Amino acid sequence: MSIMSYNGGDVIAMMGKNCVAIACDRRFGIQAQTVSTDFDKIFEMGPKLFVGLPGLATDTQTVAQRLKFRLNLYTLRENRAMKPKTFMSVVSNLLYEKRFGPYFIEPVVAGLDPKTNEPFICSLDLIGCPMVTDDFVVSGTASEQMYGMCESLWQPDLGPDDLFETISQALMNAVDRDAVSGWGAKGYVIEADKVTIKTLKARMD
Amino acid sequence: MSERYSFSLTTFSPSGKLVQIEYALAAVAAGAPSVGIKATNGVVIATEKKQKSVLYDEHSIHKVEPITKHIGMVYSGMGPDNRVLMRRARKLAQQYYLTYQEEIPTPQLVQRIANVMQEYTQSGGVRPFGVSLLIAGWDMDEDRPYLFQCDPSGAYFAWKATALGKNFVNGKTFLEKRYSEDIELEDAVHTAILTLKESFEGQMTEDNIEVGISNSSGFRRLTPAEVKDYLASIG
Repeated sequence: MSIMSYNGGDVIAMMGKNCVAIACDRRFGIQAQTVSTDFDKIFEMGPKLFVGLPGLATDTQTVAQRLKFRLNLYTLRENRAMKPKTFMSVVSNLLYEKRFGPYFIEPVVAGLDPKTNEPFICSLDLIGCPMVTDDFVVSGTASEQMYGMCESLWQPDLGPDDLFETISQALMNAVDRDAVSGWGAKGYVIEADKVTIKTLKARMD
Repeated sequence: MSERYSFSLTTFSPSGKLVQIEYALAAVAAGAPSVGIKATNGVVIATEKKQKSVLYDEHSIHKVEPITKHIGMVYSGMGPDNRVLMRRARKLAQQYYLTYQEEIPTPQLVQRIANVMQEYTQSGGVRPFGVSLLIAGWDMDEDRPYLFQCDPSGAYFAWKATALGKNFVNGKTFLEKRYSEDIELEDAVHTAILTLKESFEGQMTEDNIEVGISNSSGFRRLTPAEVKDYLASIG
């Protein structure tokens, strides 16, 4: 039994032209038993900043709360919105603090710079090692499958609609090849002026 | 130091004043003059560094010091107290960088230092710092200059231009007349030196004043040669 696959779950984030997209599956299970089909793993940290937290479900909830705590205090103290790159460092810091007893989460960050609207995506491992990419990041029990899908489907400079299609197909087909993932999916497309949230019609098995 | 005392030495007087802080401010007002001016494209801070004897090696110790690459500090009051705050400021700035991988914004650093100074007015067994600080910084994100003063009480003020130390009232009056919203850094340095000159006894040279500037390229202390050039232009 692996702790990272006890609950199951996946998140993808993709870079588009002046936009980013982030999507997750919605299963909450305890090993083979599916308990809920509305357990989202993506959390809003700012109007244009989202974090995906796949892994152990209890840590998904706790890390989301603790990140929001740090972000809220930062916003109040500094009187400005946190940049996605800075948020990545905050996540990294939080995770490394538990270096020898980590949170079982491999986060994905997606957002736009609050001032310049420059798109940003990154992922981190469970002890906080950050990785910034300019194409896509994946994390979860179906990561191998997601890597395959993204590598084939992704192209640079996709517009918001095309990006949504791409990320949806990549996620859905990947999680269909994983027993502990799936049971619904949700996608977010983040643009300078709006965020579009769509619940995807997926195989419920 | 504060392990034995569990009570503060700074207590209220019947009139509602914290006398220890008043005394600390008196120590500041007796200290060497320092001045700071915020320009459109940078900030200048300067101080008098008169040594009591010609035997002093003037260039081995500095009063204008960097805290980070883009924030610098000068003080009026007790030198040793300033050194303690310098170390704290530098450490606080680095701690911020460790967490956020981003240079600390000047107002954030000022808040943290001011908090340290306030702690020493309430903690057990310690006295307030006998310095007022002038902190000059350039914010890379917002592309703007900042000039702050931190007092022994822990209060902090954002200034366009100000003077501390001996004769600071006259210094501020002088600045009120000379300051304009669109002053540029070159002129600001010039004006800062002139302000110091107002309270200077004797001949001002590049060895007995120190000047630091903070702009988009960061904070740096002017070399004696550069200070000499400015002094030459004021005659």
